[in-house]
Amino acid sequence: MISTGSELLDVTLLSLYVSGMATILGSAIGIPLGALIGLKEFGGKGAVKTLTYTLYGFPPVLSGLVVYYVFSRAGPLGDLGILFTPTAMIIAETFLVIPLVTGITITSVVEVDRSIKDTVKALGASSSQSIVTVMREAWVGLVMACMIGFGRVIAEVGAAYLVGGNIDGETRVLTTAIMLETRMGHFEWAMSLGIVLLSVALMVFLFLRLLQEREML
Amino acid sequence: MKPAICLEGVSKKYDQIVALRDASFTVSKGEVFGIVGPSGAGKSTILRIVDLLEAPTEGKLLIDGQYVVANSVRAEAVRRKIGMVLQKPVVLNRSVANNLGYSLMIRGWNEDRIAEVVDAELRRLGLNGRRKTNARNLSGGEMQRLCFARAAIHDPSILLLDEFAANLDPTNVALLENQVQEFIRKDPNRTVVIVTHNMFQAKRMCTRIALIWDGEIVEIADRKKFFESPDDARTAAFVGGESIY
Repeated sequence: MISTGSELLDVTLLSLYVSGMATILGSAIGIPLGALIGLKEFGGKGAVKTLTYTLYGFPPVLSGLVVYYVFSRAGPLGDLGILFTPTAMIIAETFLVIPLVTGITITSVVEVDRSIKDTVKALGASSSQSIVTVMREAWVGLVMACMIGFGRVIAEVGAAYLVGGNIDGETRVLTTAIMLETRMGHFEWAMSLGIVLLSVALMVFLFLRLLQEREML
Repeated sequence: MKPAICLEGVSKKYDQIVALRDASFTVSKGEVFGIVGPSGAGKSTILRIVDLLEAPTEGKLLIDGQYVVANSVRAEAVRRKIGMVLQKPVVLNRSVANNLGYSLMIRGWNEDRIAEVVDAELRRLGLNGRRKTNARNLSGGEMQRLCFARAAIHDPSILLLDEFAANLDPTNVALLENQVQEFIRKDPNRTVVIVTHNMFQAKRMCTRIALIWDGEIVEIADRKKFFESPDDARTAAFVGGESIY
């Protein structure tokens, strides 16, 4: 049970760290991937998009299970010894962020007006410069993708519990703590942790909203 | 004068719709070539093919005497020698100064040189006081003048103007036409192709003019002949403001 302010702070900071890192890593992969899928023409593009959108529903517990298997003693990367560490939690949650960020990026870059894409090309931009410019034009959508990715992982419990193990002082995050408190019958305390979780999410979203509304100069 | 642009039997189909049929003509360096015709005749299609934004369905394109194919590796390098201004002013979601500097930035100019050239251009455009304004907040006329300056700031050898002054008030039209004249005066080897509905503008600015109708080049003639004694009856009717449908 979380009994001191310092413990609550540690759990909150770990939640922020794990979710934040998963969002950063997932976005670093998902944004370029989504831009390429959205802006390049290739065979099977429709199938790739459908698969990406399908993975929006990828169950956190399944992501946790895969990561658990890979990093368990019997798994192919068991020697790394990262199971039941924040690193394993970050990896499992990154897999949840990638499809969301990729899919929203695809939609965002596709919706940039064709006249912008033509103009950028006509001004002499190379293929890679065109993609970067279109991504910048889709800025609001890309920040939204990060927000939704963060929203998914800050609130998930299945993957964090499975590969983190909810170890006190090591891998306990707000969602797994809420689950534990509920099981122990500490409903009011669990509810309070829920409010903390929402407050953390609110602060992150406010920051991202400011970033989203930043005037492009 | 050497040829800057040459189309050899160029056709373009969009699905089953023929936008351009067997177009062949040459534009020499230093020429201001006009393309006039009714809406949907295929004027913009020609410019998009010359700017290598689209590949022709049939035929070939030569820029500066060399064959070039859209979407090829060389196309990117060739396109960098061309500037194009579209009818609808399209600005990027960034400041006026950054919009102007964009063409230079993608060509790898260093920041100091970009700042110097952009400063001079902003002063010339009368937009120095609005350099940090998001370009989307400019008026239509200011936006189009910015788009023209952005297309010409890297000194392209070929400039393509697609209805570049349509929907603007006479003052802004005059300002834009002055920008074009200034661009041509700087270097007599520069080539300009103007697509326009506006016969007065074609008469004011172009040295040679083509009439395109229903995807076909009907007639190409020097300005005087085009307006005063065209060979084709459709040209005479179009110049006279009559319906040629």
